[in-house]
Amino acid sequence: MKDMHAISVTVNGRAHELVVEARRTLADMLRHDLGYTGTHLGCEHGICGACTVIVDGQPVRACLVFGVQADGAEVRTVEGLADGERLSDLQQAFSDHHALQCGFCTPGFLMLTEAYLAENAALAESPAELTEAEARELVAANLCRCTGYQGIVEAVLATARARQKPAGP
Amino acid sequence: MTAVGTRLPRAEDPRLLRGRGRFGDDFSAPGQLHARIVRSPAAHGLIRELDVTQARKAPGVAAVVTADDLPRNLVIPVRLAVAGVDLSPFLQPVLARDTVRYVGEPLAVVAGDDPYACEDAAELVEIDIAGQPAVLDATREQPHHTAAELTRGYGDTGAAFAAAAHVVRIELAVGRHSGVPLEPRCLLAVPGPARGELSIFGMTKVPVWNRDLLADMLGVDETLIRVHAIDAGGGFGVRGEFYPEDFLVPWLATHLGRPVKWAEDRAEHLMAVNHSRQQHHRVAAAFDADGRILGLTDDIVQDNGAYCRTHGVAVAELTAAMLPGPYRVPAYQGRIRVVLTNKTPCGTYRAPGRFEGTAAREHLLDVAATRLGIDPVLLRERNLLTRSEMPHERPLRTLGTDMILDTGDYPALLAAAVREAGRLGYRARAGEPGKPRGFGLAMFVEKSGLGPQETADVTVSRSGAVHVYSGGTSVGQGIETVLAQIAADALGVDPGAVRVIAGDTAGQPFGAGSWASRSTVVGGSAVHQAATAVRQRAVQLAARILEAAEGDLEVAGGSVCVRGDPQTRITLAGIARAAAPASGYLEPGEPAGLSARRRFEVSHMTYPYGVHAAVVEVDTGTGRVRVLRYLVAYEVGRAINPMLVEGQLRGGVAQGIGGALLEEFGYDEAGQPQATTFIEYRLPTAAEIPPVDVLLSQDAPAPGNPLGVMGAGEGGVSAAGAAVANAVRDALGLPGSVGRLPLTPARVCALAALARATGGDA
Repeated sequence: MKDMHAISVTVNGRAHELVVEARRTLADMLRHDLGYTGTHLGCEHGICGACTVIVDGQPVRACLVFGVQADGAEVRTVEGLADGERLSDLQQAFSDHHALQCGFCTPGFLMLTEAYLAENAALAESPAELTEAEARELVAANLCRCTGYQGIVEAVLATARARQKPAGP
Repeated sequence: MTAVGTRLPRAEDPRLLRGRGRFGDDFSAPGQLHARIVRSPAAHGLIRELDVTQARKAPGVAAVVTADDLPRNLVIPVRLAVAGVDLSPFLQPVLARDTVRYVGEPLAVVAGDDPYACEDAAELVEIDIAGQPAVLDATREQPHHTAAELTRGYGDTGAAFAAAAHVVRIELAVGRHSGVPLEPRCLLAVPGPARGELSIFGMTKVPVWNRDLLADMLGVDETLIRVHAIDAGGGFGVRGEFYPEDFLVPWLATHLGRPVKWAEDRAEHLMAVNHSRQQHHRVAAAFDADGRILGLTDDIVQDNGAYCRTHGVAVAELTAAMLPGPYRVPAYQGRIRVVLTNKTPCGTYRAPGRFEGTAAREHLLDVAATRLGIDPVLLRERNLLTRSEMPHERPLRTLGTDMILDTGDYPALLAAAVREAGRLGYRARAGEPGKPRGFGLAMFVEKSGLGPQETADVTVSRSGAVHVYSGGTSVGQGIETVLAQIAADALGVDPGAVRVIAGDTAGQPFGAGSWASRSTVVGGSAVHQAATAVRQRAVQLAARILEAAEGDLEVAGGSVCVRGDPQTRITLAGIARAAAPASGYLEPGEPAGLSARRRFEVSHMTYPYGVHAAVVEVDTGTGRVRVLRYLVAYEVGRAINPMLVEGQLRGGVAQGIGGALLEEFGYDEAGQPQATTFIEYRLPTAAEIPPVDVLLSQDAPAPGNPLGVMGAGEGGVSAAGAAVANAVRDALGLPGSVGRLPLTPARVCALAALARATGGDA
C-alpha cells in the first residue's frame, strides 16, 4: 500500500497543500504534482545539479530530498526568479554571456548561484569580491554538457560584482 | 542586411532562463501510462525464461510486453547506409527474443499508471539467461565477429613506404565515450481519434526520418503521425536516432489506446544510448629526407558493440575517409574493421571519426617530428595543402559524397594560431618540480553541410510576423536564433519579428534534420532562399497595391515602399492581408498567402578546418593532468552569429577534453558496464575546463552555398584528443605515443615511469 502524507509547502511565495507518497522525490513533486517543470532531472543521483532548488535559503538537490521533507518549507524554483516578464539580473547575465545552450542544466546553475549570492549578501560584513577561481569552484558543483562553463563563470562574476556595488551615488 | 554577423542575443534564452522550456518530460497527456524497460542483466547468453506473470499482477500495471507480443523479426534499419555494405544480419531487434548481446538490451516493457510502480513491477520480471562468454576485446582477431571491413585509399602506398627516408609508426587507442546530454531521453506518444493517428513528443534530430520509419513499422500512413517540435537537452549525435524505445512507446500507445510516456533514468541512458569512439589505430607515415609525406596508412579496429544501429558503419567510413586531413598525401590506404562485441552498440558522437582519426594522425606527426628532428609546426607547414591547391579533390568518398576540400588557406590559419598562442604566452614553460608542463598542437579538417537537401517554408501572417518552418531541430545549438537572423536579412525585417519552428513534421514535412553540422549550412540556405522568394512575392503584390512598378520598390524595416518616396509604402502585414484568399489583389489561379517553400540542394559537403593548441601540467606523482590553456583557431567561412559559433567551439572543447582525460565506459571481464552513474562516467566540471581562447576566422567563404557558411558544430571537439595527447607527450618528454586515450591518472603515471626509464624530461 502506498504510504501517503498530507503536507503544506510554499513555492515561490504561493502556498500549496497536497498529499504525496512517502517515497516521492521533491523534484517529482514539484514537477508533476505542482507543475513547476523548470526544475530538471539529469541524473537522479545528486551529481549533475540540474534539479537544484532553494529550500529555506539553502541550495538543495531536489532529486535527493523527499517531497514530505519539504513539509512546512519555503521552496524557490527557477520560475520564481523573474519579476513578471523582466528577467532577474542573474538570468539576464546568463543570456548576455551566452551561459546556456540547450538550457536543461540552466535552472540548476541559476538556483545554485542565487542561493550563494543571497547567502553572501546576508553576511554582516561586506564580503570580499568574488574571484574567478571562487566562481569556478562554486559552479563546479553542477554539470553542463554544452557550454564549457566559460559563459557561466562570466555571468556569475558579473552578477556578483554588480550586486556588490553600493546602490545609488 | 544587418542581423547576419551580429552577436544577437538568443531567441531561445528567455524561455529557458525562466524555466519555461518544454523538454521531453515536461509534456504529459490526460490518462497517460508510464513505460519502464526491462533490460538484460547479462552481456551475452540465451534467454531460457522470461516470466512476466508476477509483473502483470502488480498494482497499477496495464501491460507487460515481450518479444512474443510483437510482430516477428522487427529490427531497426540503418539510416546512413554505405554502398556495398550489408549489415542486415547485425541489426538490433526491438526486444530480444532468444539471445541477449549486451547488458542493457531491452527484453520487455512494463506500462502502468505510475512510474514508481512501473519500476517496482519491472523488478518482478523473472529473467533466466544461460550465460555465454562475452566478447570484449575487438582487437583480438575474431573474423566471425567482424560486421564489415572498409578500405578507403588511393595511390601506391607500397612504393611510397619503400622509397621513404623515414617511416614512423604508432599505435593509439581511443576509449569508449558518448555524447551524454544532460537531459535523458524521453518520449510521449498520444493516440488521436483517427485509427493509427499519433502525436509524438521527444523525437529530435531527424524527426521526419523517424516518423516515416515508425509509420512503416506500425503499418500506418506517415501523415497520421505528427512529431512535435520541443526543446531538447543536448543532442551531440546520440539523441534522436531511432532506438528500440522509439518503436515500443508508440506501439504501446497504439495498442493500449492510451498515451504512453517513457522517461529513462541516467543508468539506463549510460548503457542504452549509442556509445562511440572506441577504436584502435595502427597508423604509419612515410617521409622523404625533408619530412614531406610520401604515404600514409592506417589499420583500424572499431569496437562497435553488440549491433549495428542506425548509423551503420558511417563512423568507420568517416574515420577512414577523413584521415588524411589538411595535408598533401600522395598515397593513402585506410582499412577499418568494424567488430561486434558484447557491449552497448555504437553510433555517432559529435565529430565522429574525426576525433579518433585526428588524434591518430596528429599524434603520429608529433612523434615523427621528434624522430626526424623537425619542429612539429614546421613539419605540418611543410605538408599542408596550400591555397593554390584548392579546391583539392581527393579520390575518396564519404557519406555518399565525393570529397572535394572546397576552399581555405590552411598554412595561414596555422600561422595565425601559432602567432596567437605565442602572443598569449602559451609557450612559456614555468612548471613546478614534479609538475612538468607541455604544449601540444593539432590541425584538422572538419566536414559540414551534408545534403542532399533541406527544405524551408517561410510565411508572413496577418500581423506581419514571419514564421520559418525548418527541417532542422532545436537541440541547444541556437538554430532558432540563427535562422531568424538569416530570414530577417533576406526579408528586410527585424529578427525579433521572426519565429522559427524547427522540427515539427506537420510544419515541415520534408526536413532532413539537425546533424553533421548541417543546419546553418543547408537549413540556413533553404531559409535564405524561401525568405528571398517571399520578399520577391511581397514586392510583386506591393506593386499592385501601390500601383507602382516592381523595379521602383524597395524593402526595408518590414515594409515595401517606393524608392525616394518613403510615404508611399505598405507593411508586410498589409501585404499578407492583401494576399488573403478572397483578396482582389490576387490574380486568377494565384495561390493565396504570403509564403514560399524552397528546397536547397547540394551534392558536396563544405570543409571547415582549424587548429587546437593546449598547455597542460602533468603531476607525475598522481598522474593528474590539468589543462591550463586552450586555443581553437577555426575557419567558419562566415559566422551568422559569432557568439554562437564561439559557444559551439568552447562547448566542443569541453567534450573533447572529457574524452582526452576523463570519460570512459569501462567493462569488467563478464561484460558488466562499469560506468552507469556520473560518479564513474566523469563528465568535466568547471574545475577541469580552462577558459578557451578562440580565434574565429572568416577568410574562406564556402563556395557551395549562398551564405558562404561552413558548419561550426564539431570543430571544438575534433582535435582535442590530439592536442591534449601531444601536450602530455611534450610535458613528459615521451619518445613515442601515449598509447591510448583517455589519459587517466593510472595511464599517465605509467607513461611518466616509461619516460623516466627512457630518459625523458620527467
